[in-house]
Amino acid sequence: MNKVVKNVEQALKGVSHGMTIMLGGFGLCGIPENSIAHLVKLGVKNLTCISNNAGVDDFGLGLLLQTKQIKKMISSYVGENDEFERQMLSGELEVELIPQGSLAERCRAGGAGIPAFFTPAGYGTEVAEGKEVRIFNGKPHILEEALYADFAIVKAWKGDTEGNLIFKGTARNFNPMMAMAGKITIAEVEELVPAGELDPNFIHTPGIFVQRIFQGEKFEKRIEQRTVRQK
Amino acid sequence: MALDKNGIAKRIAQELKNGWYVNLGIGIPTLVANYIPEGIDVEFQSENGILGMGPFPFEGEEDPDLINAGKQTVTLRAGASLFDSATSFAMIRGQHVQLTVLGAMEVSQNGNIANWKIPGKMVKGMGGAMDLVASAENIIVAMMHTNKAGESKILKECTLPLTGVGCVKKVVTEIAVLEIKDGKFHLIERAPGVSVQEIIDKTEGELIVPDSVPEMKI
Repeated sequence: MNKVVKNVEQALKGVSHGMTIMLGGFGLCGIPENSIAHLVKLGVKNLTCISNNAGVDDFGLGLLLQTKQIKKMISSYVGENDEFERQMLSGELEVELIPQGSLAERCRAGGAGIPAFFTPAGYGTEVAEGKEVRIFNGKPHILEEALYADFAIVKAWKGDTEGNLIFKGTARNFNPMMAMAGKITIAEVEELVPAGELDPNFIHTPGIFVQRIFQGEKFEKRIEQRTVRQK
Repeated sequence: MALDKNGIAKRIAQELKNGWYVNLGIGIPTLVANYIPEGIDVEFQSENGILGMGPFPFEGEEDPDLINAGKQTVTLRAGASLFDSATSFAMIRGQHVQLTVLGAMEVSQNGNIANWKIPGKMVKGMGGAMDLVASAENIIVAMMHTNKAGESKILKECTLPLTGVGCVKKVVTEIAVLEIKDGKFHLIERAPGVSVQEIIDKTEGELIVPDSVPEMKI
């Protein structure tokens, strides 16, 4: 099944105001940068964005915060973005902070047909407020519900025309689970190859989870904390 | 004399045991990797998807697709593996990781920890900390004993929003090693040259002090 769309315009067709969008990435690593740039261009507003982080002030999801296109952010860590913190503390931006493992599992659950699950993470904290608590193996757990999205936008290293994806390094992170949880999943890849070129033994995300795939025009791949040692 | 950050990391590194998988948090905990005792073989897990994390890359060899949980560029050791975030937290939640070292703003005598939010002031988020502290069998907190105003961060009760409850068993600060047992802090070691009285003065929580308190061997 051919999932290829020509470009980012085609890929993001149907994204509109008020939608819930999942975006893969950890920090600036493995984020769908071409799609984010195009969301800014489209100007769609009142978005609920589910992403582990919120980018930095002038890159990643920070770009959509600058233009005030995000109504609500669901994340685990947002410490690198001053504009985010300002909008959150002033009440302009609605924020739901979720433990990182629960966020990953909630996305996976959404895509895997599991409506909710119990986890010990967050028990006894404000994350647990209003959530059902049950004891398993003598330990309290809280009920966390699956997350779903109108669109999931992921970034992969290589993809084929069938939508099969391979990620590189730590750019995998949340991308595979979010790919599973989107009603429509868009994959932007660095390299798009014909079906049959990727070894089926090494596919990370099977094409069934991907509805649209395109090769990104360019990838800046900005490094957030360049850290080196001396030779 | 009180330890510096590297001293705290060095002391925590002495807790590493052969064959352990270890998750190091951001800040002082990251430094622990620099002081692995000789003959001890451990592997570092980074919750963004690495097992077998190596040192920082040499200049010019940075890979934007290879970072740690602190978003710093890193390398892989031979035998490393890469995975997604759900698998990573399955390792953590499933207690396959033997030790978690993380920082804290406050710790209380019942083992509660607060390190992710100052209401109205600072909101960074919990990242993976809540998952880590809720599941790890072994948690060591690396922190300063007091805040900038000189107030104790080793408390009867945490005042900030909690990250986890009843989970911390050991705390290493610039002046002391403390264990948490039966709802109390127990003084185990003191930093070289630091008096027991100084530790008592800087600890707000209930502190059990044995007759003799050995100095840390750094």
